[in-house]
Amino acid sequence: MVDVALQGTPASQPAVVSRARVLARLRGTDTAFNHITRSAAIGVLVILGGVIFSLFSGALPAFREFGFSFLTEQRWNPVTEKFGALAAIYGTVVTSFIAMVIAVPLGLLITLFLTELCPMWLRRPIGIAIELLAGIPSIIYGIWGLFVFAPFLQRTLQPALIDLFGPIPYLSDVFAGPPYGIGVLTAGLILAIMVLPFITSVSRDVFEAVPPVLKEAAYGLGCTTWEVVRYVVLPYTRVGVIGGVMLGLGRALGETMAVTFVIGNAHRISSSVLAPGTTISATIANEFTEAVGDLYTSSLIALGLLLFVITFIVLACARYLLMRIERRIG
Amino acid sequence: MGLYRRRRLRNQIVIGLAFGATTVGLGWLAIILGTLLYEGASGLSLKVFTEMTPPPGADGGLLNPIIGSLIMTSLAVLIGTPIGILAGTYMAEYGRYARITQVIRFINDILLSAPSIVVGLFVYEVMVAPMGHFSAIAGAVALAVLVIPVVVRTTEDMLSLVPKELREAASALGMPRAFVIQRVCYRAARAGIITGVLLAVARISGETAPLLFTALNNQFFGDFPYVNAPMASLPAVIFQFALSPYHDWQKLAWTGALIITLTVLALSIIARTLASSRKMS
Repeated sequence: MVDVALQGTPASQPAVVSRARVLARLRGTDTAFNHITRSAAIGVLVILGGVIFSLFSGALPAFREFGFSFLTEQRWNPVTEKFGALAAIYGTVVTSFIAMVIAVPLGLLITLFLTELCPMWLRRPIGIAIELLAGIPSIIYGIWGLFVFAPFLQRTLQPALIDLFGPIPYLSDVFAGPPYGIGVLTAGLILAIMVLPFITSVSRDVFEAVPPVLKEAAYGLGCTTWEVVRYVVLPYTRVGVIGGVMLGLGRALGETMAVTFVIGNAHRISSSVLAPGTTISATIANEFTEAVGDLYTSSLIALGLLLFVITFIVLACARYLLMRIERRIG
Repeated sequence: MGLYRRRRLRNQIVIGLAFGATTVGLGWLAIILGTLLYEGASGLSLKVFTEMTPPPGADGGLLNPIIGSLIMTSLAVLIGTPIGILAGTYMAEYGRYARITQVIRFINDILLSAPSIVVGLFVYEVMVAPMGHFSAIAGAVALAVLVIPVVVRTTEDMLSLVPKELREAASALGMPRAFVIQRVCYRAARAGIITGVLLAVARISGETAPLLFTALNNQFFGDFPYVNAPMASLPAVIFQFALSPYHDWQKLAWTGALIITLTVLALSIIARTLASSRKMS
């Protein structure tokens, strides 16, 4: 009678069947988890594809209207609805160039100090301090640049540059004009401070990966510190340093808030670096919420697409170079 | 001058320049933080945390930007962290040797350093334009797109560090793959993943550009549910107040900047101590 009463209850079923049922359920959750994680990973690709597609579709009206002249015209007139990106592209390139010219030597010198000259107990604090520069939000740089740095430059550096290069024929055009304080040069200097920690941290990683036996051999032959860095360390780490520099360049190209505060927002290409200008990201940040009309909005989105394409190329090259270094270090 | 003297002179010049460069770098940090403390601390008071943003000339605080930033940051972390952790899990576990993982890693690193204003434009096209109005949820989605690459990168790195013997032991005991990952790997990499989330939060706390045309700005709060209306955020309010010609607005902007910087630095320090304590154990 017991077996009749127990029919259908779990206790009566053979252990093999219940174990098989549990295993099937676990296999189901396993496959489900596999699919969920794979979808999330594909989602990263979908985000990138979505960014490119939405920017492209939003920029299409502008490209259809202006064609290739969008990239070569300087005029930016919301009233007559004629837009050209040349002033913004010029400003982006020039500010990033100034930032790189200052930040790369500075960053490499700081890395030299941290890896060769610094006492061991000081290495970590200084390294953390330099990385704090990277952690400060960019709007802080903007507000500091506008209220502290720009007036300081207006009082000291800019009149000095104007007086110094006044008599020289071509350079006087580059450093001409009234000292506004804000302008392309100020924006470039602030970008240099922002990009510095990126160059320093990547260079530090690759400098420390140099096999000590190479450096010791050079020191053993009587080389000075500078000669060891120049003839042993830098050639060995060349690819990594270039990768770090391009990473910093990608950051400088896309930087918005710090530049918007101090660039002066003038849609104009002037020969002087002390004059106000504009960059792609500053234009978008300033004008997007006030853009009336589809062509205006579409031109701003076209600028965004340009910026994304430029930074994508720079960052892809940087990542490729850094991948080669990582493969070598293993 | 002899050859040796020339070489030594060159060396000394470079060493001097290296010292100078480090002083310049550290000095800049000190000047920026010092100015921030000086200008911002004088405006710091209880009023800043309890009153809404004022019109120019009136008294007020930063209550709605602070709450707005808290709401949008929490939403962004809520949306972005699960996607990021799951994607990182796939790249480190199921798909570790798959070809597509290399592609995803490459694309992820590019998204990590992409200009944040482009992300704002993307969310505008995808959410704001179809919805017809700015909203806090759009701002949160834009911030989530910035959170995801950071979390994916740290999750993948931390899960790759888990020794494979742990996984093999768990599988040998009969655990299915999903349970090995959830019960063993996640627990082993827990501190690292939390560090990644903290770093992502530190990053989005100071982001202005993606919020400028997704969540816009608001002098008050919207109607219930609050996330369907434009919402103020601390960086956007700092942007508006700092560029204005009103002195009391500029003072509030400095105070807000100080609040953001202290929050970001505190999060970075906590993340760093978590990471180093895990390394030492």
